[in-house]
Amino acid sequence: MSIETRAARPQLLLLRFLHGGTVPMLTVVLLALVAVFGLLLGERIVGVGALQSMAFQLPELGILSLAMMVALLSGGLNLSIIATANLCALTMAWVMTTQVPGAHGFMWVGWQVIAVLAGVAVAAIVGLINGFVIAYLGVSPILATLGTMTMCKGLSIGITRGNVISGFPDPIVFLGNGTLAGVPVALIIFLALCIPMAVLLNKTPFGHKVYMIGSSEKATRYSGVDTKRVLLGVYLLSSLLAVVAALVMMARFNSANAAYGESYLLVTILAAVLGGVDPFGGFGKVGGLVMALILLQVISSAFNLLDFSPFLTVAIWGALIVIVAALGVVIQTVGASKGQAR
Amino acid sequence: MSRAPSRATLAPALARFRRSHEFWLLVVIGALALVLSLATDSFLTLQNLFDLLTSNAFVGILASGLLVVLVAGGIDISFTATASVAQYVALTLGIRHGLGWFALFALAGAVGVVCGLINAVFITKLRISSIIVSIATLNIFYGLLIFTTGGRYITSLPKFFRDGISWFEYEDANGVPYALNLQILVLVLAFAAAWLLLNRTNVGRQIYAMGGNKDAAQRLGFHVFRLNVLVYGYLGFVAGIASLAQAQLAQSVTPTVLVGKELDVLAAVVLGGASLTGGVGTVFGAILGVALLAILQNGLVLVGVSSYWNQWFVGLTILCAVSITAWSERRRRAAKAIN
Repeated sequence: MSIETRAARPQLLLLRFLHGGTVPMLTVVLLALVAVFGLLLGERIVGVGALQSMAFQLPELGILSLAMMVALLSGGLNLSIIATANLCALTMAWVMTTQVPGAHGFMWVGWQVIAVLAGVAVAAIVGLINGFVIAYLGVSPILATLGTMTMCKGLSIGITRGNVISGFPDPIVFLGNGTLAGVPVALIIFLALCIPMAVLLNKTPFGHKVYMIGSSEKATRYSGVDTKRVLLGVYLLSSLLAVVAALVMMARFNSANAAYGESYLLVTILAAVLGGVDPFGGFGKVGGLVMALILLQVISSAFNLLDFSPFLTVAIWGALIVIVAALGVVIQTVGASKGQAR
Repeated sequence: MSRAPSRATLAPALARFRRSHEFWLLVVIGALALVLSLATDSFLTLQNLFDLLTSNAFVGILASGLLVVLVAGGIDISFTATASVAQYVALTLGIRHGLGWFALFALAGAVGVVCGLINAVFITKLRISSIIVSIATLNIFYGLLIFTTGGRYITSLPKFFRDGISWFEYEDANGVPYALNLQILVLVLAFAAAWLLLNRTNVGRQIYAMGGNKDAAQRLGFHVFRLNVLVYGYLGFVAGIASLAQAQLAQSVTPTVLVGKELDVLAAVVLGGASLTGGVGTVFGAILGVALLAILQNGLVLVGVSSYWNQWFVGLTILCAVSITAWSERRRRAAKAIN
């Protein structure tokens, strides 16, 4: 793809908007929204209580969006993140409910660690299958992950017969519902993931290769990079992020099920694209994603407080993408006509 | 394209067919059907085949529409939301104003076309990828529908609609009646229409050309926006029609029941050999893709596998099929490179 056509993409224009990219742009939108909602709702939206409840809700979608973002950056897509998360959550839940209650002392802790490791192992297997099928067999990411998504969900349903596994030990529940100095633990986990992810993507050779593959896989391969191994790593990483989301999600609900969080799947793509991730790959920063998540969360919380239907929130989330893209086109057209005038 | 192939052209055509994706699908389906008819008494009965066609008609009809979009090089997953909206609008107005069959279908189709046009405009004018646009519009259509309707069911459908149609009635020896019902009729018409559009019209060739190489098609003077309007509008129209067939089968309108099936339809079309990069895919393949998933799920139930394991087998089939296709494609390309 030539430089010209890349520059013509609205996402890139948004990046140039305000001389600084998606983050300033989204900040402006966010401030405007907070001002409007603040006038309408006052204390209820900007108070400590509201902030804390938002901070509890954001991490699940946030971690899942990180998992989606990694795949998007490489020019792919991972539709299996939610199904993977649920399968992992069920694995962990199964170990925790069958082994932990009978164990004492050291083994009580030991089994919880084993449970989490079992979840990580399941995620790793799914991630490697995805990566292998996509990188080495050359299946398009949508199809490969559509297959593993259906398989993981099928496995979860088959084993549990659609039932819920619930009742976890206190330390696990604390991950989803506890706070440290008033800050939800789940949010701390999310932020603790964002920083290493940002470093990994922007400061390490692996990260640079992911962006390069997203821009042009062929060019990257011809420049001597083992693109297959990098892609394997991408889908492994995506799966491992999904298992963290699984842990937070099961801890928050104190239960696991084959169908939790399914409505998040497409929203993670929206969040990433809204945060400036190019859906064709190659561009996007963790900071933009975080801003987009905050924006979506503020809208959702405010609509909730205003007593709007949650489905209206979903509609507005969808519309936001279109509006942001339209804004990009408008800025471009205005810019072009100015260029002609000169 | 020869209408009546002579013997000289038939042999190479057969050889070509034997190398095609559809041939292998046909072999797999044939083997599956053979095993099922030997293993169970109930698979190869007229009753089961009729049920199979009727219950899979909705997915099949949508598949015929989605195929056209995939061939054009796009993707759309908002069609289940489109179908929900079309169903709700058509039957709400239909009940209020006492509309008949034709008006209901026209209304549902029109609502579908409008939703499809919205997709086409966003995709072409905003220059965002079609998958992102359709995820956004899926959320917009569905969110607004549930918001305005409150998710309420419509159960008091008009009598003629509940009765549906049953043409060419026929009773077998046991007195079980069979008839051509609305679902099967629409299913057949939908596939016939898609075949005509893709294979027998000038526009159909343009759709293949645009899917194969958009830039080249544009330079040749094809109007990309107009073609996009056509294919997304067509899928919307088909979704609107499918939604009524589904409502007739379910005997009610439930606005929440259709959304979530979009990836099943996509899986079926892709199993049939359509490529997500565009330009590739046949109506026959799409029919086989739908048939494979339908027979697989039906067979599992008949053999006595708990229906909880349905999805696992479907997933496994999808993953194996796309892997084998990609792998053989890769080998063929490698062989070509060596020669």
